[in-house]
Amino acid sequence: MKKDETIERHTISVLVDNEAGVLARVIGLFSGRGYNIESLTVAEVDQAEHTSRITVVTSGTPMVIEQIKAQLDRLVPVHRVMDLTVEAKAVEREMALVKVAGTGEKRVEALRLSDAFRARVIDTTHSSFIFEVTGAPDKIDAFIGLMRPLGLVDVSRTGVVAIARGPEAM
Amino acid sequence: MAAQELTGAEIVIKALVDQGVDTIFGYPGGAVLPIYDALFQQNKIRHILVRHEQGAVHAAEGYARSTGKPGVVLVTSGPGATNAITGLTDALMDSIPIVCLTGQVATHLIGSDAFQEADTVGITRHCTKHNWLVRSAPELARVMHEAFYVATHGRPGPVVIDIPKDVQFEKTEYTASPHITHRTYRPRLKGDIEKIREAVDLIANAKKPMFYTGGGVINSGTVASQLLRELVRLTGYPITSTLMGLGAYPASDKQWLGMLGMHGTYEANNAMHDCDVLINIGARFDDRVTGRLEAFSPHSKKIHVDIDASSINKNVRVDVGIIGDCAHVLEDMLRIWKSKARRPDKAALADWWKQIDIWRDRKSLSYKTNDDIIKPQQAIQRLYEMTKGREVYVTTEVGQHQMWAAQHFHFDEPNRWMTSGGLGTMGYGMPAAIGAQIAHPDALVIDIAGEASILMNMQELSTAVQFMLPVKIFILNNEYMGMVRQWQQLLHGGRYSHSYSDSLPDFVKLAEAYGATGIRAEKPSELDAAIKKMIETPGPVMFDCRVDQLENCYPMIPSGAAHNEMILGDDPDGASVSEEGKMLV
Ligand SMILES: Cc1cc2nc3c(=O)[nH]c(=O)nc-3n(C[C@H](O)[C@H](O)[C@H](O)COP(=O)(O)OP(=O)(O)OC[C@H]3O[C@@H](n4cnc5c(N)ncnc54)[C@H](O)[C@@H]3O)c2cc1C
Ligand SMILES: Cc1ncc(C[n+]2csc(CCOP(=O)(O)OP(=O)(O)O)c2C)c(N)n1
Ligand SMILES: [Mg+2]
Repeated sequence: MKKDETIERHTISVLVDNEAGVLARVIGLFSGRGYNIESLTVAEVDQAEHTSRITVVTSGTPMVIEQIKAQLDRLVPVHRVMDLTVEAKAVEREMALVKVAGTGEKRVEALRLSDAFRARVIDTTHSSFIFEVTGAPDKIDAFIGLMRPLGLVDVSRTGVVAIARGPEAM
Repeated sequence: MAAQELTGAEIVIKALVDQGVDTIFGYPGGAVLPIYDALFQQNKIRHILVRHEQGAVHAAEGYARSTGKPGVVLVTSGPGATNAITGLTDALMDSIPIVCLTGQVATHLIGSDAFQEADTVGITRHCTKHNWLVRSAPELARVMHEAFYVATHGRPGPVVIDIPKDVQFEKTEYTASPHITHRTYRPRLKGDIEKIREAVDLIANAKKPMFYTGGGVINSGTVASQLLRELVRLTGYPITSTLMGLGAYPASDKQWLGMLGMHGTYEANNAMHDCDVLINIGARFDDRVTGRLEAFSPHSKKIHVDIDASSINKNVRVDVGIIGDCAHVLEDMLRIWKSKARRPDKAALADWWKQIDIWRDRKSLSYKTNDDIIKPQQAIQRLYEMTKGREVYVTTEVGQHQMWAAQHFHFDEPNRWMTSGGLGTMGYGMPAAIGAQIAHPDALVIDIAGEASILMNMQELSTAVQFMLPVKIFILNNEYMGMVRQWQQLLHGGRYSHSYSDSLPDFVKLAEAYGATGIRAEKPSELDAAIKKMIETPGPVMFDCRVDQLENCYPMIPSGAAHNEMILGDDPDGASVSEEGKMLV
């Protein structure tokens, strides 16, 4: 059978028991087996049940993506693995804090553009802004790209979180 | 009424007893002294003192593989734990259930670079199926039972429980039960019935079918071997196995084609290449087996039964992947086969067997003997013939001798053959033989060894002597790291860089120095009498069998080649290694 060598990008949600070392296991799996991590986020989502949700954005051939899911699924503390790219229509969001420094025309232009992106100003001085911008990763990329010539000095991004559309739980 | 309080160390012992453990392999040290103290004060568990922690894990592997039960190891913190790493990795690669208890510095000292502190859970995360650091005694019993569950369910593997010294002293109630329902880890045993139906249809309609079975059948238990035999006989199809699966199907049966892969038989590899339906039961398409992937069994529809979803479509794309336990899936296959009154295509099958017989006639395992020098294959063949009919367990080290053992020693039962397949760990065989002998005190346990490998865990001969274990160490002494030398001959212009076994000890005197018996054979005419003496000598024996130094192990599929591009012993120039192949191991 001919192998499909096209590289696909997938967003994978992993529900895990929030026990010591679980994040290290997931990251160690990716580094140990040479898989890509484009983004990884983690936080506890159910305090009573002690479960955390890890969202990984990764890329690879279809065979590699299938391996990644199977490898994640066999980790002992993993409850469930869901490929949000194929199993469900999903929404993806990322937040970034973007610091832009400058005065005069550039400062005005940065503020005007931030409005178009529905970014919020959360800190301001006479010579700088910090914008909070939320959206799909490519929207954030676009915003950062536009800020670059306008005095971009610092970026901090959360990484992608994602959830399936519709009424069902993961 | 409150239950009686136990110390952490006592809980360890009680949990082991509740799990049905009667033997552990270990080595003491500061961080496990409380557990050793608890061991001293009881008599339900037998402790086998090894001479190196690597030996403890391999011994536990030999115990586990020869019984189907998990092997248990106890070592101290720091160097005790790091010495166990090779054994743990070996067990992970070969899917052997091991529970390894490691001592750790007291909880308040963790992270302070305390004496003999190592980040054991960090280090072993990559070479265990799972691991735990137990931070307080109330967690201990639950973790112990969970550890046994994880090690033995699904695809088996090694687990580590790291127990700080203060936790071993801490008192608490023992409440946990050995029967657990795991929160997250619940591997499925039954295969998807629709897929099994699809598989049975493919199997029934095959013209050139081939069973390819592996270690998963052994992992699944003796029932799986029985069911496999039934299915294979019902169909009348040919069967081969990986190195790890030898014995699941009887080697004496006429449908058996011998091992496949890099050093597999001509008939097994050619049948793999030409078959139209490939039925993989519990094997993992390892690179020693597939050779060049693009050329691997190119015309076949492939069925793969494996308990681990990640084994399916990892290296080779299959048409029907069935996630489940071998015994469960085989049972369903047989039921469906019988209920539909399936019958194989007799005419096609007869043609297929005719072709296979032509390959068989090539006699790819043949070798030439002479009066002056013992051929290594000959030594194994004599060993096999002279021990036939006894309850024999064979372990090996790693190298040419391992492959010759796989080719020329034949197994009719599962769990009789123990070898380091995935990691290829020199030094595995003698401790593994010790573990097998502990489990089967009256059996004949033989480690087929190389002179280089045996030196890697030589110290364990002392363990065999202490516990009066009559293991037989049968060394094929070719004075070379033969497998390395063979590759240097074939791939590196015969430049034997550092592969000569210089300054070898006198193995007979060495055996005697340990308090064991040493035997040597140098001529073919001495072989049988010497083997007889080895079998009849009580206690551990080390047999120095001097063999042809430059013999190569054939058949061989060179790295990067296809199954139908084998090098045969009587035609060693028949194939060559490509530049690409040289990059491969
Ligand atoms: C020097 C050297 C040369 C070698 N040459 C060869 C060679 O020529 N031929 C050869 O075959 N090997 C050879 N090997 C061994 C090789 O490296 C592999 O270890 C071996 O081929 C793997 O065997 P396996 O596919 O049966 O898998 P194993 O490693 O035994 O894995 C078992 C598989 O079964 C699955 N499984 C486990 N339990 C169950 C269950 N209950 N139900 C269903 N599935 C289960 C597992 O998930 C896994 O996928 C060599 C090794 C060395 C050191
Ligand atoms: C721990 C370890 N180190 C190195 C190797 C690489 N290696 C594979 S086979 C071999 C030579 C084994 O020599 P010997 O035990 O004499 O066996 P022979 O091949 O001669 O039968 C070596 C060095 C290995 N498999 N394991
Ligand atoms: Mg040798």
